[in-house]
Amino acid sequence: MIPASFDYVRPSSLDEALETLRDQGEDAKVLAGGQSLLPLLRLRLAYPGTLVDVGRVKELRGVADRGDHILIGAMTTHYDIVTSPIVREHCPLVALATATVADPAVRHRGTLGGSLAHADPAGDLPAVARALDMEFVVRSADGERVIPAADFFLDYLETALDPGEILTGIRVPKLGPGWGFHYEKFHRTAQAWAIVGVAAAVRRSNGTIEEARVALTNMGPTPVRATAVEEAVRGAELGAGGVLRAAASRADEDTHPPADLHARPDYRRHLARVLTHRALLAAAGTT
Amino acid sequence: MPRISVTVDGIRYDEEVEPRLLLVHLLRDRLGKTGTPIGCDTSNCGACTVLLDGRSAKSCSVLAVQADGCDIVTIEGLSTGGTWHPMQRAFHEEHALQCGYCTPGMIMAAIDLLHDDPDPSEESVREGLEGNLCRCTGYCTIVRAVRRGAREMSQKQEGAATS
Amino acid sequence: MTEQLDAGVAARQIKESDVLSGAGDGREVGRARRRKEDARLVTGRTQWTDNIQLPGLLHVAFLRSPMAHARITRVDTSVARTQPGVVAVFSGQDFAAEQGSLPCAWPVTEDIVLPDHPPMAVTEVRYVGEAVACVVATDRYKAADALDAIEVDYEPLDAVTDMTAALEEGSPKVHEAGNKAFTWKFAQGDIDAAFRDAAVRIDRTYVQQRLIPSAMEPRAVVAQTDGDSFTLHSSTQIPHILRVMLALTTGIPEHKLRVVAPDVGGGFGSKLQVTAEEVLCLLITRRLGKPVKWTESRSEGNLTVHHGRDQLQRISVAADADGRIRGVKVDLLAGMGAYLMLVTPGVPLLGAFMYSGIYKMDAYDFTCTGVFTTKMPTDAYRGAGRPEATFAIERIVDELAAELGMDPIELRRRNWIQHAEFPYTTVCGLTYDSGNYEAATDRALALFGYDKLRAEQADRRERDDPVQLGIGVSTYTEMCGLAPSRVLGSLSYGAGGWEHAGVRVLPTGKVEVVTGTSPHGQGHETAWSQIVADALGVPFEDVAVIHGDTSSSHKGMDTYGSRSLVVGGVAVVQACEKVKEKARQVAAHLMEASPDDIEFTRGEFRVRGTGTSRTIQEIALATFAAHDLPDGFEPRLDAEATFDPDNFSFPHGTHLCAVEVDTETGATKIRSYVAVDDVGSVVNPLIVEGQVHGGIAQGIAQALFEEAVHDADGNLLTTTMADYLLPSAADLPDYTTDRTETPATTNPLGVKGVGEAGTIASTPAVVNAIVDALRPHGVHDVPMPCTPERVWRVLDQARTTAQSTDGGL
Repeated sequence: MIPASFDYVRPSSLDEALETLRDQGEDAKVLAGGQSLLPLLRLRLAYPGTLVDVGRVKELRGVADRGDHILIGAMTTHYDIVTSPIVREHCPLVALATATVADPAVRHRGTLGGSLAHADPAGDLPAVARALDMEFVVRSADGERVIPAADFFLDYLETALDPGEILTGIRVPKLGPGWGFHYEKFHRTAQAWAIVGVAAAVRRSNGTIEEARVALTNMGPTPVRATAVEEAVRGAELGAGGVLRAAASRADEDTHPPADLHARPDYRRHLARVLTHRALLAAAGTT
Repeated sequence: MPRISVTVDGIRYDEEVEPRLLLVHLLRDRLGKTGTPIGCDTSNCGACTVLLDGRSAKSCSVLAVQADGCDIVTIEGLSTGGTWHPMQRAFHEEHALQCGYCTPGMIMAAIDLLHDDPDPSEESVREGLEGNLCRCTGYCTIVRAVRRGAREMSQKQEGAATS
Repeated sequence: MTEQLDAGVAARQIKESDVLSGAGDGREVGRARRRKEDARLVTGRTQWTDNIQLPGLLHVAFLRSPMAHARITRVDTSVARTQPGVVAVFSGQDFAAEQGSLPCAWPVTEDIVLPDHPPMAVTEVRYVGEAVACVVATDRYKAADALDAIEVDYEPLDAVTDMTAALEEGSPKVHEAGNKAFTWKFAQGDIDAAFRDAAVRIDRTYVQQRLIPSAMEPRAVVAQTDGDSFTLHSSTQIPHILRVMLALTTGIPEHKLRVVAPDVGGGFGSKLQVTAEEVLCLLITRRLGKPVKWTESRSEGNLTVHHGRDQLQRISVAADADGRIRGVKVDLLAGMGAYLMLVTPGVPLLGAFMYSGIYKMDAYDFTCTGVFTTKMPTDAYRGAGRPEATFAIERIVDELAAELGMDPIELRRRNWIQHAEFPYTTVCGLTYDSGNYEAATDRALALFGYDKLRAEQADRRERDDPVQLGIGVSTYTEMCGLAPSRVLGSLSYGAGGWEHAGVRVLPTGKVEVVTGTSPHGQGHETAWSQIVADALGVPFEDVAVIHGDTSSSHKGMDTYGSRSLVVGGVAVVQACEKVKEKARQVAAHLMEASPDDIEFTRGEFRVRGTGTSRTIQEIALATFAAHDLPDGFEPRLDAEATFDPDNFSFPHGTHLCAVEVDTETGATKIRSYVAVDDVGSVVNPLIVEGQVHGGIAQGIAQALFEEAVHDADGNLLTTTMADYLLPSAADLPDYTTDRTETPATTNPLGVKGVGEAGTIASTPAVVNAIVDALRPHGVHDVPMPCTPERVWRVLDQARTTAQSTDGGL
């Protein structure tokens, strides 16, 4: 199918992009890698008046080590993230989950910022953002603000970004030593969206889980943090049978899983529990 | 209308395009590069895969304007002086195609796959081709072909290095 | 994770020596020739219909009904006509006088309800996606834009989405005559007696979900006229049938209509159709006098390419205590969708004779009711009727084995037709000419490592491993080589099942073959070249195959039903024989010998017992020159042949599948898959292997992944490839394939056909494996596709039932 007509602007700097967005108002949409947007345009499920293509804004690309966190430019492609030594060393969960996004060709063009701003709860990266407490650096013509991941995802395909704002970068905190990571993705075919995904980070010490962070993909209109699991698993001895499973059994608390072609809510709840258990085990390095 | 300049299979084209024109329609309808087909609307099938500045991209999910200034290689640009690319030869030798509609995208994706993994295992090939659908072959012969193509390409490179 | 094959048993791989020497006798037939077709396909020098550019070409886009069932009260095209680039806009009313009705060539009963099927809806729509208007514009973008400007008012009518509900009294009607299209019955033997005194009786209901064929090339049509005659390019499997049908539908005289199937990107039955878009493009080009092109998008295609399967199968089997099958009863509801298209009603009948499978039994009873619903019509999809039948019998035989506590292979052995019993006339009245089920099964068991896997299965059960192992068996046969014309006539089909070929030796000794088959991925150019190379003793490279254009291939029945080699290939052989006889006359004349004294070997005519000979190339040149030919001999070295088979062919095989089932999530993973097929003699083992592989993949896809899902209002929810899940390389296993060869006795090539075998065999093999894994939990079926959620639900329910039963004790 064929997109409806739109105007197109390709700024070469961030300031130019922000000016354009301010001038165009709500009718403008930022085009990042286009890997989610282009299919929507082709199916005529989106009718933007103007596309602001930030693909040539160099300052939005790249990964930088900033001491206690790494900063990933919003327009950094999935491929560049998966292969980035900085990401792999300091935030391996991001690389693990990003490697499961769509397929290689899509990962060449799709970007972290685009995926997060698209805010599809079935996407893999929003849950990772929640699990790692990423911070979203956002710019408008009026200035910069930083939105914590917990406040960024408002609803299905809806974020805290105001019209005129561009997500410029994502700060990913370094968790330091002792952490293990896993992204458990459950889907029907390799290309398909996750029915449920679990992003887990576990800090272990002397056979005990000191701390865990767990967030869920596609268990509601936004990615959710499984805080009940995190609390229940704190201090759990890894050898003690049943403790992790019991903790994981609380994964679906306070979730609102959708019903769609691939799963009904009760199955998603069940999967969230089973997969959280697996993700915890894998992140703790016991599988 | 934006003016763009693209190089496709070694030839530079300057075109005026509507912003909404898909790269694959530029290739097929405007430039006559019909070797690259279209199989879906949602970037699932991969039939339209080309190399965009050296890496695989689904040309149905790229606007022509986004490709401004880029170098594009399609299935039609692979053979040199009448000699097939080793991957084309491998697909032929292993009977890795039947109707052939997915083949251009499959070959381009396979070549891209070897960029990062010059000697892929069966599993790597299968995962690396997850974005390309074939309805005829059941994939076994495609997997064989990609591994065969990989061997031939590395031998060729070794040969070039030692000579 | 792949199971190692037992030591000393290696699967058949295509070897380099096969290519070089084939059977070692210099014959082409049997060699793994690389395909001639590939050169253009791997380099992008293809001729897909959408590639065609013509001066002044206009583009057509269709506006499609968003409602499953509604009355059209108004179509306003006035605004759309004013849109940029728009040349014309038409509604159904504009075509009402000339569009006729899309043909159904298979009215299976005399009292069948055969509704009018206008290519473009005029007063009522009956499925989502039915065309209600179209735009003709200067490019495809402008055509798509103008669709938004067409206004259509609908008065909603009730949708009918469920077959059982459709047959109930008071159900909304799809057509005035009601929702029952036909009831077709067939019975052999005393079924009541078979069931009355049988020790075991099992009843099951299986659902063959709706499938979307999903050939990789979306459909496309280009129509043009010079003012007198018309040419239609279409992505079709059936250029010849299409020409006849379009002539009858549009009134364009047959001799003024040329139909071309250029490169066609797969079909699997979905392009065995006379489509609304083909008719309408012809009408538009006739009306405007300009060439037009229409290319569908995938989401448009998911809605409007005919769907496959959609059957509700009630099957019962009766058996003795020792496992001997006494009889099988089948009561089928077959979903027609909203209309009867080219062979819609005939599809379930192609399965009617296959429910006895490879087994002997006393009695058989079959009833099929065709049911209208407000969905896209169904029609042929890879296997067409036979996969459904094979699934039901192979599934229920496994159920019978479980009921009797018998190994499923052993139960099959007790019931199948023994090798020594061929030819064998089955309870359904078909005569299976040849087969060797013992050999194929023994080979498969060895390759699979059956005993070892059974031991592992027992171990996992013992340990209560969360990942259970299941083993699925499928010993299938099918009827191929469609078809003897008389049989088709007796089943009320509107045409014959013969095939045509022409062979002409050119002055330089090169050969052109004109075939009536219409390949779209099968490799006929290669296989026919091999056949001709042997028959005429010319080099493989010296043969060209012409197909798919009614102006060059004037006669044919096209490609479907695993018929091309079995019927079309034989026609090629017969045409070659005629050419050879002509050449023998010339050779005898030139060498001043009697034709009876002329031997022919490998392209050389030799006077028996002498050193005098002429090559076929010399004969060709001499015939061309025509200076010195026998008296009365026409100077031509060409011939045609039309072959009408006496019988179907019956490939068979044994497929074994091991599936790991994660009982915690319901996820399934195929661990190993072994297929031993007997497709008779083999012309090209490479092509055969490819067909088997692809077939297996499509059958697995039905078992695990694919389903066309509608909501209660009849909206298709799986309109894109993001929703209708096709497996990629990452989702499928490697297959171990091998063959046994029991030549067909009903044709000179000994071939049986291979296009559908894999698909027919693999679906039940996979589902049998999943059910086998879960049987200790009390599971005896998982509906298709066996998604993780379905597996989990079935298991959850079985466990709940078991617990409540325990509690009661």
